[in-house]
Amino acid sequence: MGLKQNLHKLKEKYKGKKMAPAFNAIHTFLYLPNETTHNGTHVKGADDLKRTMNTVIMALVPCLIFGIFNAGYQHYLATGEISKAAGFLSPEFWSMANFSMGAWKVLPIVVVSYVVGLAVEFIFAVIKGHEVEEGYLVTGMLVPLIVPVDIPLWMLAVAVIFGVVIGKEVFGGTGMNILNPALTIRAFLFFAYPTWMSGDKVWVHGAVERANEIAGGANVDAISGETILGSLAQNKAFDYDIMDMFYGLIPGSIGETSTLLILIGGLFLIFTKIGSWRIMVSAIIGALAMGLIFNGVVDQGWIGEGSKFFSLMSTEFWHHLLIGGLAFGIVYMATDPVTASQTNRGKWIYGFLIGFISVTIRVFNPAYPEGVMLAILLMNVFAPTIDHYVLQGNIKRRAKRLKVKTA
Amino acid sequence: MALLSKKDSKLILDPLADNNPITIQVLGICSALAITAQLKASIVMSISVIFVMGVGNIVISLMRNIIPSKIRIIVQLVVVATLVIIVDQVLKAFSYQLSKELGAFIGLIITNCIIMGRFEAFALGNGVWRSFLDGIGNALGYGVILIIVGFFRELLGSGTLLGFPVLGDPIAKSGVYSIGYENNGFMLLAPMALIVVGIIIWVQRSRNKALIEEN
Repeated sequence: MGLKQNLHKLKEKYKGKKMAPAFNAIHTFLYLPNETTHNGTHVKGADDLKRTMNTVIMALVPCLIFGIFNAGYQHYLATGEISKAAGFLSPEFWSMANFSMGAWKVLPIVVVSYVVGLAVEFIFAVIKGHEVEEGYLVTGMLVPLIVPVDIPLWMLAVAVIFGVVIGKEVFGGTGMNILNPALTIRAFLFFAYPTWMSGDKVWVHGAVERANEIAGGANVDAISGETILGSLAQNKAFDYDIMDMFYGLIPGSIGETSTLLILIGGLFLIFTKIGSWRIMVSAIIGALAMGLIFNGVVDQGWIGEGSKFFSLMSTEFWHHLLIGGLAFGIVYMATDPVTASQTNRGKWIYGFLIGFISVTIRVFNPAYPEGVMLAILLMNVFAPTIDHYVLQGNIKRRAKRLKVKTA
Repeated sequence: MALLSKKDSKLILDPLADNNPITIQVLGICSALAITAQLKASIVMSISVIFVMGVGNIVISLMRNIIPSKIRIIVQLVVVATLVIIVDQVLKAFSYQLSKELGAFIGLIITNCIIMGRFEAFALGNGVWRSFLDGIGNALGYGVILIIVGFFRELLGSGTLLGFPVLGDPIAKSGVYSIGYENNGFMLLAPMALIVVGIIIWVQRSRNKALIEEN
């Protein structure tokens, strides 16, 4: 008898009992559910929410694998054991040593994220007597990709509990949350433990240890794992060229460095109709628009080289998409169907403002080197308002049309 | 035994739990957010409010029959303001450091809606003894929440309680810090106070189903 039958039997056995949601969740995660939508006019009811989530996870897997290699690569590059990778397919990058080093650091983060998050989900499902909700499948994969590689695991666990409970469960679970849970988790980490979420030490594995050794009197070189945004915010030079940024051979949160793979993932999401292309396109337009405004200000000479904003403002406008987590946020976070605007016109406004505000925060608030997290959270809050006005506008327009016709 | 009659003790005990001014009526939130980053400040704030509300309710209750109703708000404000200035002066005289830490918030007790609310709702229509009990009860209910929030925020945010390093020294890495624990900086920010109050409301409502509104 296969696993499917076993699970089904367990489900039948525990039907109506407390643990039923737990078995049901495992069953529908692994196999096509026995029953799909019963009522309403759900023409496309063959897929349930878990399929949607799995599709997003598929789009995230390339980023995760790249992130694992990159974690190892950045570590060995910083310790001077390997030389700089020449291109995307360079053997320096795709080496076994990089992979094992990266997996050693990244996989525990993935495991902690899923185990803690799903435990909270299961506990809440059992207490509430609901089905286990699918929402954490994607959140659990997003979280490891947006934290620094050296984040202590217990902090991650605390943040995941906070994010899932306060960000999602108190509002009623998946589909009811106002804020993107993965970003709630990251925002919690950012404000609770800022030393582990920013600065020039946490992005490359080993830099923190090395700094401690030096503080302890050891005679070794410090590792600087400054991100490009961090360097720019301090008007410091960095030696990454534009292709490094595009391929993602730069320090940063685990999964957000490679714009190339994010682009592929984004196209995949658009192709499978899971992610909204309107949000992605408008967010890119928004970021470029703000970048162009800043470039224009610099070109006009309104801001001097001595200004602390000079480096970030004079960054070529389209480079903003390649550095930091902007691309990752736009493709995977802003398009979250629960927290984004629902109306098509609303999506354009919502996306545009995300891009626009991200770059603004980036440039004007050096304390928050990456603005996309805060921009998306802010727009999550405003999404229902945007929808409301789009709907009202539509109603008004149609009422007017009706009046013209009947008059 | 019966220091207070059943009706009177209800005046004190009700605001502590089932009719708490912060968690049930959701009043006086501003100060609950502003000064609860430290337990000591929370305690001093609670004592100040207990004093102001107890005495204030007595005074208003004594004057309730001679206050013209058109100017009653102004009279109430004068009473609170007088009491708050007394508290402020006492703090400045005997604990200058603390009064500096609390800053404007002692002065802002005047704007605490719980106080004006109880003057209006209770002291204007009840006898002196009952008004006093009501004032003390509501102030205690306010203080309890403040102290709970202050306890968690100071413990998790700074690792201290009343200024004593109960969790060890974060810089010398002693106590729990030696195994990698770190203070949660988010706890010191105002949003976390709101979230802690929210969690208290959540716990309270799930323990007492009668508090959940029908809709």
